[in-house]
This record gives sequence, structure tokens and C-alpha cells, in this order.
Amino acid sequence: MAEVAVSSLTKVFPNGVRAIDSLDVSVNEGEFFALLGPSGCGKTTLLRMIAGLEEPTDGTISIGGKDVTRTQPGQRDVAMVFQDYALYPHMTVTDNISYPLKIRKMSKDERREGAARVAKGLQLEHLLDRRPAQLSGGQQQRVAVARAIVYKPSVFLFDEPLSNLDARLRLEARTFLKKLQRDLGSTTIYVTHDQSEALALADRIAVMRNGRIRQLAPAEEIYNRPTSVFVAGFIGSVPMNLLDARLDGERLHVGRSVLATPDHARREKTPESDFVLGIRPEHASLSLTETDGAVAGKVSVVELLGNDYLVTIENDTVTVQTTAPTAPEIGTRAWVTFDSGKALLYRRADGGLVGTDEQSFDDGEPDSIPSDAGPEALKTS
Amino acid sequence: MAAEAQAAPVGSAMARKMVGRIGFYVFITVAGAFFAVPMLWLVLAPFDTQPTLAAEVPQFSLDNFARVFENPFALTSLRNSLFLSVQTMVLMVGAAALCSYALSRVRIPGRDALLYVLLLFSSIVTGTAAMVPIFQLVDRLGLIDTYMGVVLVVTGGLLPAGIFILKDFMDSMPASYEESARVAGAGPLQTLRDIVLPVVRPGLAVIAVWALVNVWGDFLTPFILLRSDELLPASVRMFNFYTEGGQANLKVLSAYSFLYSIPVVMMYLFVNLRYGFRFYVGIKA
Repeated sequence: MAEVAVSSLTKVFPNGVRAIDSLDVSVNEGEFFALLGPSGCGKTTLLRMIAGLEEPTDGTISIGGKDVTRTQPGQRDVAMVFQDYALYPHMTVTDNISYPLKIRKMSKDERREGAARVAKGLQLEHLLDRRPAQLSGGQQQRVAVARAIVYKPSVFLFDEPLSNLDARLRLEARTFLKKLQRDLGSTTIYVTHDQSEALALADRIAVMRNGRIRQLAPAEEIYNRPTSVFVAGFIGSVPMNLLDARLDGERLHVGRSVLATPDHARREKTPESDFVLGIRPEHASLSLTETDGAVAGKVSVVELLGNDYLVTIENDTVTVQTTAPTAPEIGTRAWVTFDSGKALLYRRADGGLVGTDEQSFDDGEPDSIPSDAGPEALKTS
Repeated sequence: MAAEAQAAPVGSAMARKMVGRIGFYVFITVAGAFFAVPMLWLVLAPFDTQPTLAAEVPQFSLDNFARVFENPFALTSLRNSLFLSVQTMVLMVGAAALCSYALSRVRIPGRDALLYVLLLFSSIVTGTAAMVPIFQLVDRLGLIDTYMGVVLVVTGGLLPAGIFILKDFMDSMPASYEESARVAGAGPLQTLRDIVLPVVRPGLAVIAVWALVNVWGDFLTPFILLRSDELLPASVRMFNFYTEGGQANLKVLSAYSFLYSIPVVMMYLFVNLRYGFRFYVGIKA
């Protein structure tokens, strides 16, 4: 167990691409830390630099207080689980799991014992003599995890370990990984492009984009208080409503409606008047009778989510989504109100949350502020 | 009217197709016979009391084989062939494995051009064209009439194609295999031994067999570089089977040819049984 600290780390690839840009982050001992971002944001490059598979252009990496920037991967006391699992096809499950022990020159009996012990914890005992090709995807994934934990490293690195599994198996594996990490209590860095995976697993999440961390916070905070339009649009399985808004004194105009200003923005004096109002569908409520301070429109789409419904309400200027316990008729008039304690207001100019210095566009690549298109446009994975 | 005008070209097209088919099968049959008859001779002549150059039903006898074993160098030469082939194969597979691994994993500018140029010239190196300079080179090195000379020359000739084939196998192996071994603490040679070589084993088998067969059948290089009777491999030995009258001694020659081809056929069967020939893995788009 050890903490991992990265300071002013930069990686420029030979073709000139700046994958990681002067990045600082520290992962606490025993923490489950997720690196989340769209593909090409540099999260995997960062992980590979921590593993030692990629050499940084600049900056330092330390593990457990020791500078390992130029240390060989094998001397860093880390274990990595790869996206494709990287199980050796010519070895049995036992040999695969115990290969790190073989590198450490342990005797055959010790290796067999080690593999059996780990396999037992991961329900792999009955598969020990098989080869990887004879295993299901979920089993292969567990073998890859077994091979990582067998030599008791101080840091675990996961590179999208669940992305090759089908949806149901992914949920099972997710719960299993979370429990495993709790039991082992080891520092874990987990790369994913799937925001629900990051929210479910991580203690803290770093949302990355273009080689930089856009927000680093505990999972709940990332979900409840994204500090930029980019993070707001990226997080949440049902996309957050991001509506063009104009502030006129105390009154917030969205389309033709006048709404209450979100609580967090009430005390802030901002010179701008153009904003983006962010509200998660689950924090909005639907009313079929006329309501003040609501966005009015007609129900255009109703989608069953399982426990409740996702309802899309449109008028000629605004489209809003909200969840509702019952399904309204398509075409009925409806009013959507927001919980002003949970709604968020972003500056339209730079995409930052009102009351923070955060900016959404500091990397020279403007977000198309999604209003009607929905934040899906940002999920370039 | 329109129907008739259409029917005529359709009919002639079918006839042309038919003729084409027949021509194709005639060609295949002739070409097949061209290759099959010598094989037939190889199987029949050794067992004939009076072998001729024709493939004919033999009057069965094992007398020819007895004659072969009377020759003091007959068996020695077969053993020499084996010795040469195995030495060359081991050296060539070892070198090709290291080279192709490096070429597959390390980015050097002009890597592919280098490989193609080597491949192009390798056929000349073991070929007739470069024999004079090669002879001089081997002579200066004092390696005339030694196995080392033959092994080095033949290995040099086979190596580029071997590297080329093996590099394709290495390229198709995911880098994550080695990376996971590296993170777990394995060094480069250990990774090569434990992970890379076992994974590309079909490729190793392909180039090993190919090298063995090539050396086993090579005549020119040992013919030029070796002098001593006791060093000659079987391919060169066969060249010396004459009767007192200066005619080719078909009795000894046929029986010896038969013995000479057995190891290659056996090896083919063994490798095919063990690995299956999977050349297509090495030739990917």
C-alpha cells in the first residue's frame, strides 16, 4: 500500500501530440481513484506512465514517497490489469496467475500454493487447469485480476478492465471489483470512459480532457456539483439538461419562462448576463397542472427507465428532460420545475460554474454548449 | 427475331467456356504427370533389380540398398547432411527470433526498407551469382572445407526470409502480453523466453522446417565449399555415384535417393501432426 503522486507530468508523443499537459495529482493510500474522460483525453497514457510503460517527457512520479520516474516497471511494485486481460494463451490458469511469482524465482510448490490461494478467493478453483481460450470473458477477467493480486503489489492499475464484458456481466464484475478493493484495502487507480463505472466504484474521480484534469472531487461531488459544462455533460447516465439562460437581476429567463435562480448563484455578483442552466432530469419534477416558475411545453417522448419514466417536454425554444413516476400522454401540456438547491448555473462565456474560477474552454477547444442537442455530443467515446 | 439474335452469342459463350474448361483440365493433367512421374520413379526404381530412367513396375529386390551400404561414405554423408541441417537450423532460428523480435518492437527509421532489401538480396547471397565472392570470402577466413563455412553462408542466405516470416508472427502478438510481464518484473530476455517464443511457436516451427529442408536439399554451397570425402553431405555424395564406365549408377543412385528423401517426408508428417501447417498466419495483409 502506498500513495501515488504525480507532479507537473507532461507527455509529448513523437508526432507532437501533447497527451498529458503539466498534470498534478495525488492518490491517497488505500484510495479507489478513477481517471475518467472521453477517448483521447490522456487517461490511459497517464496510467501507463505510472506503470512505467511510457516514459514521461517532463515531471515526476512517486509511489510510496519514492521517486520512480525513471524506474523500470518491474521495480515499481505495481500491478496492472489490461483491457484485453493479456492472459498468456499457452499457459494454464495456474501458470498465468503464478507467472509473477515465477519471475520472483519462487519454487514450483510456492507458486502453485499462491495461485490456488488467490483462485479460491475469486471462485476460479475449478478452472485452474484450463487455458485462457477455454474461459468465458468474465472468467478471463477474474484470472487477470488474480494475476495482479497474487504478488501483493502496493498499487493496482486498471485500464478499462470491464469494457470487453457484456452489460450484465459488467455490473457483476463492478460489484466484485469494489468488494475486492475494500477487502484488500490497496491503492487503486482505475481508468474508464464510462461515467457510471467511475461513479459506482471510485472514492474520488478525476475527470480528464485534452491531457488535463478538469475536475477532481469525490464521486458525489462530481455528480452533484460539476464545476464546468463539460463535466456536467459528461457525468450522468441520463444526460443533464443544459439550457441557455439569461439573468436579469434576480430573474432567470429560459426561453419564455422565468425561473428561480439556483441557490449557489444567488449571492454571486457576476457581470455577465448569459448563462447555461444545468439541471439533472432526476432533480426536476413534472406537473400536469399550470405551475409558476416552470418551463411549459408539450410531452414529446416518454422512455421507460425501469423504476420511472424519462419524459421529454418541448416548446418552440426549449427541450427539457425530467423523470416521472408515471407516464403522461404524448402531447399533453406539462410544466417542469427545478429544485433550486440542486440546479447549477454556468457562465455562458467560459462554461465555468458561477462562483468558481473553473473554465470549460481553457484548452482552446470550445464546447458546443449543448442545449437542444443534449450533452451526448460531448461523449465522443 | 430478338430472341434468336440473343441465343447465338449465349450458345457460343457456353461453347467457349466448355473448351476453356477442357483445356484447363488437360493442362492440369499434363503438369501433374510432369511432377508425378519422377516421384513414381523415386518410389519404384530403388526396388528394381535393373533400374532404368523409366518409371516401370519393378522386379522386386532389396539388392540396391545392399549396394548403397557397401559404399563407405553413404551413411556418413546422410549423417553429415543431418548434422549440417540441424546446425544451420538452430543458428538461423535463434538469430531470426532475436532479430525479428527487435525489428517488431523497436521503431527504427527505414526498418521496412531494410527488411525488404535484405530479403531481395538474400536470394542472391546463397544463389549462384555471388558464389565467386563468397568462395573468396570463405577462403580468406580459412573456412574452406569446414562446416562452419557452409553453416554461416547458408544461414546468412536464409535469415532475411526467416526474419520476415517470424516478424509477422511477432507483429500479430498483442503488446499487452509483454507489457504485463514487464510490469510484473520480467526482463527482456525472460519475456522473450517465457511469453514471446511460446506464443509464436507456430512461426518458429515454420521457419525451422523450412531451414531444414533448404539445407538438406542444398547442393551448390557444400559442393563448392567442402573438399574432404568424409565431410560431404548426401546431396553432394549422390553426385559421385558413377559406374566404372562413367555412367550414372542408377542402382545405387535410386536407392540412395530413396533413403535421402525419407527424413524430409517424416519430418513433414511429424510437424504437420504436431503443429499443422499454418503458413497463412505469416502472410497477412
